[in-house]
Amino acid sequence: MALLRHTKADMPEREALTINPAKTCQPIGAMYAALGIRGCLPHSHGSQGCCSYHRSTLTRHYKEPVMASTSSFTEGSAVFGGQSNLLQAIETIFTTYDPEIIAVHTTCLSETIGDDLVQIIGKAREEGKIPKGKRVIHANTPSYVGSHVTGFSNMVRGMVKCLSEPSDIRLRRINLIPGWVEPADMRELKRILDIMKIDATVFPDTSGILDTPQTGKFEMFPEGGVSVEQLVKTGTNCHTLALGPTASDLGRKELELKCGIPGETIELPIGLAATDAFIETLRKIGMVEIPKTIEEERGRLVDVMSDMHQYFYQKRVALWGDPDQLVSLTGFLCDLDMKPVYIVTDTPDPGFEERIAKVMNGRVSGAKVRQGQCADMFLLHKWIKEEPVDLIIGNTYGKYIARDENVPFVRYGFPILDRIGHSYFPSVGYTGGLRLLEKILDAILDNKDRTSLEESFELVM
Amino acid sequence: MKTYPASEHVRDELVKGYPAKVAKKRLAQIVVNKKDETCEVPEIKANTRTIPGIISQRGCCYAGCKGVVLGPTRDIINLVHGPIGCSFYAWLTRRNQTRPEGPESENYMTYCFSTDIKDENIVFGGEKKLRKAIQEAYDLFHPKAIGVFATCPVGLIGDDIHSVAKEMKEKFGDCNVFAFSCEGYKGVSQSAGHHIANNQLFKHVIGLNDQPPEGKFKVTLLGEYNIGGDAFILEEIFEKCGLTLVATLSGNSTIGQFERAHTADLNCVMCHRSINYIADMIEKKYGVPWFKVNFIGAKATAKSLRKIADYFDDAGLKEKIETYIAGELAAVEKVAADVRTRCEGKTAMLFVGGSRAHHYQELFAEIGMKTLAAGYEFAHRDDYEGRNVLPKIKVDADSRNIEELDVEKDPQKFRLRATPEQMEARGVPHRDYEGMMPEMDNNTLVIDDISEHETEELLRIYKPDIFCAGIKEKYGIQKNGIPCKQLHSYDYGGPYAGFKGAINFYLEIDRMVNASVWKMLNPPWRKKDMPELEADYVKT
Repeated sequence: MALLRHTKADMPEREALTINPAKTCQPIGAMYAALGIRGCLPHSHGSQGCCSYHRSTLTRHYKEPVMASTSSFTEGSAVFGGQSNLLQAIETIFTTYDPEIIAVHTTCLSETIGDDLVQIIGKAREEGKIPKGKRVIHANTPSYVGSHVTGFSNMVRGMVKCLSEPSDIRLRRINLIPGWVEPADMRELKRILDIMKIDATVFPDTSGILDTPQTGKFEMFPEGGVSVEQLVKTGTNCHTLALGPTASDLGRKELELKCGIPGETIELPIGLAATDAFIETLRKIGMVEIPKTIEEERGRLVDVMSDMHQYFYQKRVALWGDPDQLVSLTGFLCDLDMKPVYIVTDTPDPGFEERIAKVMNGRVSGAKVRQGQCADMFLLHKWIKEEPVDLIIGNTYGKYIARDENVPFVRYGFPILDRIGHSYFPSVGYTGGLRLLEKILDAILDNKDRTSLEESFELVM
Repeated sequence: MKTYPASEHVRDELVKGYPAKVAKKRLAQIVVNKKDETCEVPEIKANTRTIPGIISQRGCCYAGCKGVVLGPTRDIINLVHGPIGCSFYAWLTRRNQTRPEGPESENYMTYCFSTDIKDENIVFGGEKKLRKAIQEAYDLFHPKAIGVFATCPVGLIGDDIHSVAKEMKEKFGDCNVFAFSCEGYKGVSQSAGHHIANNQLFKHVIGLNDQPPEGKFKVTLLGEYNIGGDAFILEEIFEKCGLTLVATLSGNSTIGQFERAHTADLNCVMCHRSINYIADMIEKKYGVPWFKVNFIGAKATAKSLRKIADYFDDAGLKEKIETYIAGELAAVEKVAADVRTRCEGKTAMLFVGGSRAHHYQELFAEIGMKTLAAGYEFAHRDDYEGRNVLPKIKVDADSRNIEELDVEKDPQKFRLRATPEQMEARGVPHRDYEGMMPEMDNNTLVIDDISEHETEELLRIYKPDIFCAGIKEKYGIQKNGIPCKQLHSYDYGGPYAGFKGAINFYLEIDRMVNASVWKMLNPPWRKKDMPELEADYVKT
């Protein structure tokens, strides 16, 4: 018996049919990014189902309330345009739910009919539907372009476009765009900045919003996240550091274009080398010394890498997920002397293969790396059928491959629907690297314990 | 006993936060239940548009069509024509369990298929890519059937998915290809998608095979989707009672079952909302009568089984069913009695789906819990007030575009299994559904398409012991310190159907309302009776 019983090694390549995608659509990324603003209600301008599906998926991933509203398109709106729906929505939302800000994103439906959000939001303002001091921002996120990561990226740009104000003042404070990472990662990045004594506006920031404490009182708009005021002031900060080119470069470029703020985009600080690069960049931007705490954290990570090297060495790994995570993770696995042999992302990203090649630096011969059309989990599984791997790393959907192939599995990425931890424990920075090592070792060693012969069952490892 | 404000007052409270026009519309969907001796209940507005901006539980037409009705069938390749998201979100998230006959039997339910259309397809059309994707699916898997589902943009750009399906079906010869125009914007909720799914299955699949399985008492089960294994339980019950299951629409099903669904002698309808169209159409075309059953709750299960026995009017069957019921009820009653000692008098609210908010009230009643308020997410007036209101329901602009098939008697295949008079003589109803409201207490609140805002107000006013809803509502409710039972996914538990399922549900509710964690929300230093700190210990 097999869960994915129709997947075989010798199956031909496809051009039109995506099977078991390693991506989803733009609007959910826009919704996730918008949740990282304090007092924000994300709004989906499209059919009810989009909003419902995105909220459901984010809720299953976080086990937290995920609030968002919809323009509830009907067939009539699809024919005549969604202007009246959005105007009605804006009025209803501010009256009933009273957020500080509404972040509207489009869907394939409203994009195909060509609704003009700038015009509609302008009209809402003219008609007095936006109370004084409240904001409505927007991003165009057609589902038939890019992926969920693109949607995140577009909403981050939308924050800059709609909120950041250019200024002649330059504060000794930086903008940090963290990329599509977990609330715990955003919290960890802020901790690192704090230790390094660098003032920063981290945006978006879902910490304190998608990991709220149970107090017996539901808060529709929790206290976490970046404030609208801080977003407005991103134009007065002296530098922008963007983490992960696919998710964050657009926002950084927009800040440069609109407010003239210099900056750079580097890979997500996942694993040793990428975190080294991150800390080095922070040192230069902030003109600070590296505190002892950070060096100690690095030392602990390297210590475990050396202590447990035998279990990593030469292990073949298959990965799927989002470009930014995959690039840094691949580099980390190579630093562990593992072999990330199969890597796919359905997110179209022309620079992806080159970035992977750069971090691999010739260390993995014969690796199969693919992005875009049909670079899906079905293809990845087919490759695994052709020549097996020792470990797979990716989102929850990997559990079907893991069970069929009896291969150790580390859940990493989006969405994780069947375990907790990803939103509470970071995977960025040196400390996050330790957590990744723990998870990888647990998976590999649990499998060794389960499958070793009785006479070679080891007590100490 | 807790006391509550008058329901009429609560009704006004619920809409206080809305703009005036919104409040007016919502009031028509919030009703204080009153029933007289004839079970006449007040009118409720249902199956109407959700106001934009309102945080609703509802999903879309596509979700009702692909997700609900077609999702649970294992050997159809469900190919979603559209951007990637629609197929991704419906990938394995509804917990329709399935049990392939053998290791080589087809099962595509663990797979997600999409044409993943891009901007160039929006501009130049997506038919070419769809045709190619169908061909690739056929070449890779050689399935018996491929269903094509339209998403929002596909309808707008005018791809003729039905022509493509027809063309490919003819080309293959051994693979049924059919399509569903279930664009997300159609109708006002998932409900439109149910209807579209019913229509297309009836047109393209049901009636293809006139050979029924062997059996004396042949029954088709409609509107049972095998969430958490419910259909497995019912299959077992039917077998033990001597009933032959011709097909289930659509839990644990195959397309082969659908093709012969018209060959049963009785159609039993579980979820009235999602499948009553097929029940009606099969009756008109093939002469198989239907009635409503409910296998949620031990008493309801017994009642439904007896209804089936009465319909077939066979002494042997009646005896077998009575023996079976007696055997099962003893174990159920033992657990219920124990659970009642901890749950009696507690209160519940149910806001979910199109039949579950009704069915599950039975289970709560069996452990002594009272339903204070209930409502559906996507039901119509007949699901609330009963089918006798059907002639009075006005078809509005949103429903008018959903096709009503013109069904006539099949001259060869029509065979009336039982006349309405025969059914009346046997004491069994025909095409019945009394709806939820006649079975609810007076002065309980009935709310259609409840919003996030109204949910919060209900929790604040009533503080129920448990609230039943779906995944989107669950954690917001629980942040208030009130457990939320998901009745779409069962919180990954179940099964809850039949007698064994009833036991599972009693124990689950007992666990939830009496969980220790709800007493630990406040840290000790926040509790009121904590002594003040002695001055000596306070740093100044």
